[in-house]
Amino acid sequence: MSAPTTTAPAASAPPAGRRRGAGPAAPPRGRRRTPLLLLLPAAVVLIPLVAYPIYQLGLLSVLDFGQAQASGGVPTRFVGFDNYRGILTDQQFWTVLAQTVGFAAFCVVATLVVGAALAVLLTRIGRTARLVLTTASMAAWAAPAMTGSTVWSFLFDTNLGLVNDVLVKLGLSGFHEYNWFYDKWTAFLIVGAVVVWHSYPFVMVTLYAGINAIPAEILEAASLDGANTWTTFRRVTAPMLRPILTIVVIQSVIWDFKVFTQIYVMTTGGGIAGQNLVLNVYAYQKAFASSQYGLGAAIGVIMLLILVIPTALYIRTLRRTGNEL
Amino acid sequence: MNTRSRRRLAADTTAYLVAVVAAFPIFWMVLSAFKPKGEVQSLHPKPWTTHPTLESFRQVLSVDGFGRYFLNSVVIALAVVVLSGVVVFLAAVAVTRFRFRFRTTVMVMFLIAQMIPVEALTIPLFFMFRDAGRFAPGIGLNTLASLILVQLAFSLPFGIWMMRGFVAAVPVSIEEAAQIDGASRTRILWRILLPLVAPGLAATSVFSFIAAWNDFVFAKTFIISATQNQTLPSALLVFFKPDENDWGGIMAASTLMTLPVLVFFVAVQRKLVSGLAGAVKD
Repeated sequence: MSAPTTTAPAASAPPAGRRRGAGPAAPPRGRRRTPLLLLLPAAVVLIPLVAYPIYQLGLLSVLDFGQAQASGGVPTRFVGFDNYRGILTDQQFWTVLAQTVGFAAFCVVATLVVGAALAVLLTRIGRTARLVLTTASMAAWAAPAMTGSTVWSFLFDTNLGLVNDVLVKLGLSGFHEYNWFYDKWTAFLIVGAVVVWHSYPFVMVTLYAGINAIPAEILEAASLDGANTWTTFRRVTAPMLRPILTIVVIQSVIWDFKVFTQIYVMTTGGGIAGQNLVLNVYAYQKAFASSQYGLGAAIGVIMLLILVIPTALYIRTLRRTGNEL
Repeated sequence: MNTRSRRRLAADTTAYLVAVVAAFPIFWMVLSAFKPKGEVQSLHPKPWTTHPTLESFRQVLSVDGFGRYFLNSVVIALAVVVLSGVVVFLAAVAVTRFRFRFRTTVMVMFLIAQMIPVEALTIPLFFMFRDAGRFAPGIGLNTLASLILVQLAFSLPFGIWMMRGFVAAVPVSIEEAAQIDGASRTRILWRILLPLVAPGLAATSVFSFIAAWNDFVFAKTFIISATQNQTLPSALLVFFKPDENDWGGIMAASTLMTLPVLVFFVAVQRKLVSGLAGAVKD
C-alpha cells in the first residue's frame, strides 16, 4: 500500500547495541528450542495466512477457475500454462504492463525530485519554517490513501471542484466543467500527484536525516580545501548519501509498482474502458469483477515475479551497507 | 539586507508555500465537512465558511451508518495492535537474541513478505476464508474476525523487522544480571525486557494500527453480504459516488477516517524521525 506503513529504513532502525560476535550469551539450558518457541506464534499466523496463499495463488493460476468452479458446480480442471498463454497473448495485458511501468517510473522520479529538493531546503531554513514544513508533510504522509483519493477527486471535480473554478477565474475558460478523469493521461497525472503527495514525505525525512548525519568536520574540510557548494555536493554529500538513496529508490519502485487504492478509487476501478488500469488493479478486476479467478491469479504471479528483481536488489543493498539481516 | 539573509528569507518563504500546498487538501477536506450543504454545492467554492455546521457529520453518522463502521474499524485496529504487539515482540526477541539455523533465511522471508502485492493475495484468501467459514462460521467471510486475522498476518513482517532494532538497542548485560540474580527466562522476557522495549513497541503498533485502519481491499472483498460488518474505508467506497455530488457527506466521512490516524502519527512523529536518523547514522 502506498500508505506510509512500510518504511524500510526505519525497519533497519536503532543501531545501538550491535550484536557482539556470535551473539549474546544465552543460557545453555533449552537454548536451541527457545528461539523456535518464540517464533512459533508468528509462524502459526504467517504460514497459513501468507505462505499458503502464495502457494494457492500459484495453484489457481494453472487451473481453469471461473464463476462455475467458484460456486462448486463444475469441478476444477488443470490447464497448465493456458492462463499464462491467454494473458501473454492478450494485447490489453501488454498495454497495462507498459502503463504500470510508465506510471511507476513517473511517480518514482517525481517523488524523488520533490523529496530530495525539500530535504535540501530543510537544511537551509529557520527552525519555525522547518517545523511548519515537516508538520504539513507529516499530515500528507499520514492521510490514508483512501481519503487522499476522495479529497483530490473533490478538488478536481468537474462541476464543484476548486481547481476548475480557480483556473477559469484565471482566464483559462477551457477548464469550465473540464473532466480531468475523461482523458487517460490527465487522469494518470492526477492519480500520480496523489501518490507523490503521499510518498514524498518519506523521501524528504529520510534524506534529510541522511544529510544531517554527515559529520560537520568533513564539510568544513571540504570548504577549507576551497570546494564550492556544487563541488561539495557532488564530491562529498552525494557519495555519502548513496547507500540511503539506493534504498529509497528501490523502496519507491516497489511501492509505486503496486499502487492500488488511488487508481481503484479515483478512476472507479481502472478508468473508462479500463484505460487507467495498472497490473494490481487488473488482477483484482479480472478475478472479482469478471470472475476469471485463474487469470487473475496468473497476473498476480507475474507481478510477484517482476517484484522479485527490486526485492533482490534491496536485500543486496542492505547487506552491502552493513545491515545485518 | 545582505545576500545571505535575503537567501534565507527566500528559502523560508518557499518552505511556507510548500507547506501550504501540502496541507491544503487536508484543510479543504475538513473545511468542506463543516460547510453547510448549500456552500459545498456552490459552483464557486470559497476557502472559508461563515456558518460552520455539523450537519454533514450528523448525516453520515446517523443516516448512513458510519457510526457503526467507525466502531468496526476501531475494533479491528485495536485487536490487530494487541495481537500483533505480542507476536512481534516474541519473534523480535528470537531473531535478535539468538543465533539459530535458518535465522537469516527467516529474516529474508520477513523482508520478502513486505514486498508482496497483498491485493493479488486477496484471490486465494477469499476462497480460503469462504471454505473456512463452512467449518468455523466465526472466522468465515463477512466476519470482523477474518479481517483481524489477515491484517494481523500482514502487519507482522514489517513489525518484526522494525522491532528488531528496538530489542537490539537494549544492552544484554541487563538480562545477564537478572539471570545471575536467578530470574527465569520467562520472567526476564515479560518483566524486564518488555518494559524496556515498550516505547519501541508503541511506535511499531502505530504502523500496524494505521495499516489495519486504512485497509479497504480486504474489507471490500470479504464483507459481501453482512453490511453491518463494513469498515470505514469500504463503506466510504460504497458511499463515494462523484456523480451524486454529496461531497459534504463524503468529506465528513473522510475527516472521520483521517483524524485518528493523524493524531497517532503526530504522537509518534519524533520517535519515527529519530529512528530514521539512527538508521542512517549507523
